[in-house]
Amino acid sequence: MTGATGILPAGTVEVIRAGALTTVQDLGRPGWAHLGVPRSGALDPAALRLANRLVGNPETAAGLETTLAGCDLRLDRAGTVAVTGAEARVRVGDRPADVGRPIAVPAGTPVRIGPARRGVRSYVAVAGGVAVEPVLGSRATDLLSGLGPPPVRDGDRLPLGTPTGTPAGVDVTVGGPFPTELRLAVRLGPRDDWFTPEAVRLLLSTSYTVSPDSNRIGARLTGAALPRAVAGELPSEGLVLGAVQVPADGQPLIFLADHPTTGGYPVVGVVTDVTALAQARPGTTVRFHGPQR
Amino acid sequence: MRIRPAGEHALLLDCAGPDQVEAWRAELWRRRERGELTAVEIVPGAETVLLDGVPDPARTATLVARWTPHPASPAEPTAGAGGAGAGGVGEVRVPTEFDGPDLAAVAEHWGTDVPEVVRRLTDLRFRVAFCGFAPGFAYLTGLPEGWAVPRLSSPRTRVPAGSVALAGRYAGIYPTESPGGWRLVGRTSLPLFDVHADPPARLTPGTRVRLVPA
Repeated sequence: MTGATGILPAGTVEVIRAGALTTVQDLGRPGWAHLGVPRSGALDPAALRLANRLVGNPETAAGLETTLAGCDLRLDRAGTVAVTGAEARVRVGDRPADVGRPIAVPAGTPVRIGPARRGVRSYVAVAGGVAVEPVLGSRATDLLSGLGPPPVRDGDRLPLGTPTGTPAGVDVTVGGPFPTELRLAVRLGPRDDWFTPEAVRLLLSTSYTVSPDSNRIGARLTGAALPRAVAGELPSEGLVLGAVQVPADGQPLIFLADHPTTGGYPVVGVVTDVTALAQARPGTTVRFHGPQR
Repeated sequence: MRIRPAGEHALLLDCAGPDQVEAWRAELWRRRERGELTAVEIVPGAETVLLDGVPDPARTATLVARWTPHPASPAEPTAGAGGAGAGGVGEVRVPTEFDGPDLAAVAEHWGTDVPEVVRRLTDLRFRVAFCGFAPGFAYLTGLPEGWAVPRLSSPRTRVPAGSVALAGRYAGIYPTESPGGWRLVGRTSLPLFDVHADPPARLTPGTRVRLVPA
């Protein structure tokens, strides 16, 4: 991987094992949707922010987002690392380390983030932050548009920035518990009138299951199909994070960080907070409720 | 124009056709530049404008309902100058080699021959209605009613970057290689998306566009 922003990086992090899908993520590149550029960024931004605070980075610094299988890393000089998000076993060399605390890592010692035991995505912050070249103000990998660095591969060496802050001793640990049933608040609209009253009743009263086809673009759900009141194609319109779009098969899809900027299927409602979906494994039950409850 | 809810931080302005969309897009952009509107995103669609990243949608809806946009004329450049990606600035001439594999099919749809298709496409005045599908992919309005062309029944797995294409009543240019179901009529070497340029997209909403023979 290329693209140190400075003349010389303050250090590098070597990816020994990239795992199933590990990407560089920060808080994304909002503000460009009118040009077709997705927001992207960490699917679980609270976990990335926490990891950054723990190592003394600004919350906006870039870290790594793993998917189910974790990853193994090595620093070329001594530094501080924090792992947050999914419940996973972390080892530094031969000794175990805690998720949700700053970890002092000697130069050259492998940091192994094991597979997620609960949840899906671990976030790894390194003091100084991952300093690949920003694209439109963000270092995030966008899997829909291809902007930002490609997913990391075994053997990649990523440049690090200069640590600017002091690692935190203690912080509020977010993430977990990882419920097997999620209850998501949804606000109806903008296109709930494209659906029958029965569809809205089904959405708010039946349970859905997170499909294995889910990814950074969206969480696909399976369950009761939502019947349309208006047939035909919706002229393309702007999409927001958490939009519950209903394609032709009637199965809802909740858009996550790498969602397209516009879409041609009606959005029945918008989920208020999609963070929990970042850690929802396939098979997790999802129930929607209105904001009034 | 009707305002629809779109979650806790957004509003969708449902407009009466592409000219009203452009008028609202330009108006909202101006208002944001002047500090009268707070929104992270102003995203035009085919018949809508989305305001996203709005701190108080209810208050903003009240505000927007009181505003009247300046009408957009298809022949006039619309406001929105200043600011990265504001768009609506001037006219972009796209040098086009009209050698697309679907030219004959378009000619058949229009009941004419290939030279006439090229003549019509170079005579038309287009305007960027909105972007989507890929960074820098602009949907260009300006094809008259009755000139709509259907998408390919089976999309191509690879459409080269710079392909000039038609689908429905839109023209578009693929900024990068991608799959696609639009009818290919030509190609251009004009760079359409460059992350180092400001704005990164050459064709921003509101920009007038002409296809000129390369």
